Amino acid sequence: MSDFSVTEPSPGQKWIAGVLVALYAVITILPLVWIIATGFKSSADSIAYPPKVLFEPQLEGYVNLFTTQTRQTAEYLAQHPPQTWYEKIVHDRGLVIAGPSRFGERFLNSVIIGFGSTFLTIVLGTLAAYAFSRFRVPLKDDLLFFILSTRMMPPIAVAIPIFLMFRSLGLSDTHAGMILLYTAVNLSLAVWLLKGFIDEIPMEYEEAALIDGYTRFQAFNRVVLPQAATGIAATAIFCLIFAWNEYAFAVLLTSGTAQTAPPFIPTIIGVGGQDWPAVAAGATIFLLPVMVFTILLRKHLLRGITFGAVRK
Amino acid sequence: MKTKARKGPQMTNSMIERAAVATPPTVARRIRGLSDRAIAWIFVAPTIFLLLAVNIFPLIWTIRLSFTNFRANRPNAEVEWVGLRNYQRILTDPDIWATMQATAHFLIWTLVFQVLIGFTLAWLINRKFKGNDLWTTIIVLPMMLSPAVVGNFWTFLYQPQIGLFNYAVAFFTGADPTSFSMIGDVALAPWAIVIVDTWMWTPFVMLICLAGLRSIPDSIYEAAECDRASNWRQFWTITLPMALPFLMLAVLFRGIENFKMFDLVVQLTGGGPGSTTELTSINLKREAFEKWRTGYSSAYAIILFVTVFGLASIYVKALNKVKER
Repeated sequence: MSDFSVTEPSPGQKWIAGVLVALYAVITILPLVWIIATGFKSSADSIAYPPKVLFEPQLEGYVNLFTTQTRQTAEYLAQHPPQTWYEKIVHDRGLVIAGPSRFGERFLNSVIIGFGSTFLTIVLGTLAAYAFSRFRVPLKDDLLFFILSTRMMPPIAVAIPIFLMFRSLGLSDTHAGMILLYTAVNLSLAVWLLKGFIDEIPMEYEEAALIDGYTRFQAFNRVVLPQAATGIAATAIFCLIFAWNEYAFAVLLTSGTAQTAPPFIPTIIGVGGQDWPAVAAGATIFLLPVMVFTILLRKHLLRGITFGAVRK
Repeated sequence: MKTKARKGPQMTNSMIERAAVATPPTVARRIRGLSDRAIAWIFVAPTIFLLLAVNIFPLIWTIRLSFTNFRANRPNAEVEWVGLRNYQRILTDPDIWATMQATAHFLIWTLVFQVLIGFTLAWLINRKFKGNDLWTTIIVLPMMLSPAVVGNFWTFLYQPQIGLFNYAVAFFTGADPTSFSMIGDVALAPWAIVIVDTWMWTPFVMLICLAGLRSIPDSIYEAAECDRASNWRQFWTITLPMALPFLMLAVLFRGIENFKMFDLVVQLTGGGPGSTTELTSINLKREAFEKWRTGYSSAYAIILFVTVFGLASIYVKALNKVKER
């Protein structure tokens, strides 16, 4: 666009718009900054009035997040001096570390279930999307619509029969059960998005490969997959973020072994009342990867969140 | 919804038809290995199977259960067929109408705020000032995060004395920050959930509106300039009508999502105080997984599904009319 274009906003207009948007961005990011900051506060600082903006950063919240502690008598504490820096933090408050907390496990569950279901979704979804894109599949439109309409059910409504089904199949509170469930939930979006990406790859490439003597599988493998790689990656990250953030199914269908982090983090309670620095530390560790992905993914964001309805 | 799904990928359909005409009979015969038809089935079957197992089978099961008095915590008790009694009870229960009202309040106000703020932001960002990409990315962040974890942290921000939100309100209005509790007060709690949802999901509306604004060709504005149309007139006759289908799409997505709303609100207020913020999903969870009235809540679930589906279908018809204009 040239500098003289009539549609180009004037510098003054741009400046005002920029200031307003920046102001909104700063306000909107404040709660997130507050989460990260609270994670590094001491318990006293976290509940100070007025809320403390400047404080001495501490790792108390993180230590509390990863450990369980018990109160001990002064003599016991005197006899057992702290060995490590994190023991010292706890020691100074008259406590000793009793063992690791469950946060590590829960976080690992989130990783296993998130990546497991994403992998499965992408494998199944890419195959189905390719078939929908390239072949005549009977009732194709109905199938695609059906696949998408499954997203309209409230998760709680779906959870009732799933709960019964999982119970009779022995899948309740297992990694396999959660991976299958998240795969099924994500598949609809994945097939829909991936079909869009594969539709954009010209047929001529494959035709050329087929004429050169490739089989369909080879053509799919060596021609379509590399071309669709960016789209597949973007879809994968969307599936991962969904599985990562999911709460309703997780809270209803898992309680111990397979519980993911979202139902766990709100239940973190310290010695005496809710331990906000520990909750904030857990939230920070949990949310930060998604923030990073969002920043990396910003160009592909729109297509994923609108089920491919908005293409650009 | 049906019409929309068919209308959406128009371009793709024609491409498939072109492809179908272009390849199969001539090329496929020449290639070794499986026929295209077999490959198509092998590729689609696992997806269909999984969706049938996890979506359709449970749906049919739910419909069946909705006519019984089954309770999941008593699997050995005799199950009685009760016909339409569950449906009748739900539709005449004043408590359920109260949760519907709470849901409607939540739905309407979140949509109003998100559309107003989201569209304004998109319009401002479309002024193409320097660094708009960076600010857009920052604004989008809340939307990508786990609603349960973020909702839980908002209860901390809403604390009467130590909470950042109350402090900020007190700072700007001069009110006593201990004098009000956003999630403890019957009058304020419905607004507390609207505020957090608006904070979280306005960027979604903004992104879609931005796509809409960017799809308007410059030439239209240039023509309007030649005709000496005022900025005000350009906005009402070009910008808004052309972005309207996108705006309506954003409303559709947010509407469906907020009708299903569970995680954010359950963490924020848990439906309280009393049942002022007990949205239908939270109420359903209570009936199904706390009171264990499985048959009853199955009927409830079906009613909700039919409601979403019905409203969405009507809305999509309207959306398509706007698009055709």
